[in-house]
Amino acid sequence: MIYIILFLEFFKVGLFALGGGLAALPFLQELIVKYGWISSEELLNMIAVSESTPGAIGINTATFIGYNTAGIGGGIIATLGLAAPSIIIISLIAHYFKEFNNHPLVKSAFVGIRPAVAGLIASAAFQLSRGQIFHFEKLNADLEIFNVLDLKGFILFLLIFLAIRKFKKHPIIYIITAALIGIIFKF
Amino acid sequence: MKKLFKIFFIFFKIGLFTFGGGYAMLPIIKRELVDNLNWITESDILDYYAIGQSTPGIIAVNTATMTGYNLKGIKGALAATSGFIMPSLIIITIIASYFARFQEIELFQHAFSAIQIAVVALIIDIVIKMWNKSDKSKISLLIFVLAFILLALFRVSPVFVILGSGISGIIIQRLRGEFKKSVKEYKNNNN
Repeated sequence: MIYIILFLEFFKVGLFALGGGLAALPFLQELIVKYGWISSEELLNMIAVSESTPGAIGINTATFIGYNTAGIGGGIIATLGLAAPSIIIISLIAHYFKEFNNHPLVKSAFVGIRPAVAGLIASAAFQLSRGQIFHFEKLNADLEIFNVLDLKGFILFLLIFLAIRKFKKHPIIYIITAALIGIIFKF
Repeated sequence: MKKLFKIFFIFFKIGLFTFGGGYAMLPIIKRELVDNLNWITESDILDYYAIGQSTPGIIAVNTATMTGYNLKGIKGALAATSGFIMPSLIIITIIASYFARFQEIELFQHAFSAIQIAVVALIIDIVIKMWNKSDKSKISLLIFVLAFILLALFRVSPVFVILGSGISGIIIQRLRGEFKKSVKEYKNNNN
């Protein structure tokens, strides 16, 4: 039963994750809220591991969630579920419809989809930052902002964010730097 | 059969040397399939990648499927895709089986608490890059904010946000008169 749920849920992610660049993230975040297969922290850890290991991030994350939920079989099933819509849709397009991405309907739809995907990923990032940077559970009647904001976390976030924008290096560099800072300053 | 094995093996290699997926795989595909084997041309790769970007699913998987299909039909597509995802399956399964044990080590916890913050920063960077790919108009900003609010506050499924934004895109382009232009362009290209 869990195999069927895993396959169908990841099939859905593969069917609707459009636009690339972590487009699967809001769907994965929805999944962990719905089923609690892994925690937000584990999802963030997994993105870090995926950025630092070979393979596409979406595929790596599917394998990880599947494995944590139902062992090796779960990892394989989740990954196949994620890849299945691609195989079906791309084979159809390659056979019948090579001009797919120049079609006016596809082109116009993406005018709306691009900013929406950016908004969805921003929202997922915001949800995932709870506990690391924001502690909304500490929000009290006095609205003391420093209770909500984890200052140490926020400073690290700002430093790394500015470094990413300035140096544009591979993500692994920032992940390793953060790991060292985490160990030295006992995050 | 020999060609299928070769397709599988080449995409296994591509999966093994692609960090992060998507765009990162293109130079390796070029080296293997254009420079070494002469099976496809460089402009083929860019076409496959372009289609991979505008179809559902993981771009790297889409590109692998598209390349495999053009090399040897549906069997080629399956060989390429299974080759591409195989290294992920093996490597992540091994990491996942040790991950829980590592999580009990204090040093590891400190490292990953900070890494989680770095990942949020990396995601925000991706959001900015994706925003830059949009037409950056006021209406795009509205869609961005709406998508954010619908998911963050109202827990609307991203499926509906994607469908709704696609339909909005078509309506917006019609109202702008851009839709007719792209129909004309499309017809000219196909004649």
